This record gives sequence, C-alpha cells and structure tokens, in this order.
Amino acid sequence: MEQKEVEYKLLGRSLVICLPYEVDDHSCQNLKKDTDEIIKHNPVNRIIFDFTKTGFMDSAGIGALLSRYRKMKALGGETVIFGEDPRIRRILKLSGIYQIMRSI
Amino acid sequence: MSNIEAKEDEKWESMRLEFESHSYNEGFARVVVAAFMARMDPTVEEVDDVKTAVSEAVTNAIIHGYQSKEGVVIIQAKRKEGVIQVSIHDDGIGIEDIKQAMEPLYSGVKGGERSGMGFSFMEAFMDEVNVESEVGKGTTVTMTKQLGHTIYE
Repeated sequence: MEQKEVEYKLLGRSLVICLPYEVDDHSCQNLKKDTDEIIKHNPVNRIIFDFTKTGFMDSAGIGALLSRYRKMKALGGETVIFGEDPRIRRILKLSGIYQIMRSI
Repeated sequence: MSNIEAKEDEKWESMRLEFESHSYNEGFARVVVAAFMARMDPTVEEVDDVKTAVSEAVTNAIIHGYQSKEGVVIIQAKRKEGVIQVSIHDDGIGIEDIKQAMEPLYSGVKGGERSGMGFSFMEAFMDEVNVESEVGKGTTVTMTKQLGHTIYE
C-alpha cells in the first residue's frame, strides 16, 4: 500500500519527515503547520526529508522543502535529504535545491 | 476551423476529462493522462515528465485560477504518431501578466510556501508550452511533447 500522508519521527534532535508516495500540493498541505507544531514543542536542530517511499514529486514539493529550509535556517539548524531515487533526484536537481541542502 | 484543419484533426485520438477543483484531484488527473499515454508505448521517464507537467498546470488551475475555491478543471488530451498534446483549462481569475507568471521563481502567492517553479517545470518536461489567458475569464495551458526524442541521463 502506498503511503498517502506525511509521517513524522523524532530521532534525538532530528525531525525525520517521511514523505508519501506522491509529494504534491495536496499531500504537502499540512506540512508547514505540522512541522511548526513539532518544532515548537521539541528542540529540533535538523530536518531530514526521507524520500524512501516517494515515487512522484512536483514543484509544490519543492516549495514545501524550501519553506522548511528557511524555517530551520532561521533557527540555526539544517535541512537534509535522504533516500531519493533517480526520478526524484532529477526533480531536485532541476530545482537547484542541492545547492542549499545536502543528500545524506 | 477550416476543412483542412478538421481533416488533419481526424488523425488525432483524443480524450476529455472534467473534474472539480479539489487538490485531491491532482493525482487523479495525472493518472488519467498517464493511462491515455500508455498506448503510445512511452518510456517510464516520458510518463513521469508528462505527469509532472500536468500536475503543475492542474495545481495552478486550482490554486491560482480558482484561488482554491470551487470550479471545474477541464483536461483535453490528444495523441498522434508519438506526439502528445495536453491542454488544461480553468474558468478562473486568469493571468494579468503571462510573461511575469512564467518567470522562474515568480509566485503569485505570497507567504513563501510556493516554489514559483511551476512553469519552469512544464517547460523543462515538455517540448512546447503555450499559455492563453484572459483576466476574469480563465486560463488554458497547452503542452506538447514528442516521445522518443528526449535523451535521459
């Protein structure tokens, strides 16, 4: 079964954002609100975007990533990318996002 | 339409899809267009390209055209000899300055949640992107791709 919604895990001070199969405007709707809430109550200094389960992404996903990057940067933390397959890498490369976020 | 155009048009196989402007229909729209392409024997990358481009245009129709309010999005697609053309239409607010809207990183939505890369993605993944829009009337984005031409890394 494809993962439909964003899932969150706290690993120490890292917030792992497990992205769904399709990362688009619809699936990213609550990402800002949800992460803001978690960050407010936990000492997060790193966001890890986990693309392990993702097979599709469009520019709405890029917008969501950039927004979280700015938030973490303002807090002095970092944002990294994990588990992206070649299709997702193509989209990320096209967006230029690797210039500000590293893949771990 | 002249008779010549009409005759040429007979060679195209086409489809039309109409749906409500809810964000959950973005995935639905992508899948329908991907299924329509299936008979053209596309590569996985070509299907992904068209799905992404369709997703961008449909998201624009819902977010910008209809401002996330109620409306109807119409997709028309046709295929002929390895060429696919998809047009996405809304009867929303329209675009005042198409040139500005298509600029990389420009977003008509304030708040920093949008990448402003929608049209750039459409242009990167399709061979041609044409935008027709009238303020207060709506927008039609027509995109064309020739299959078997793109070289993928």
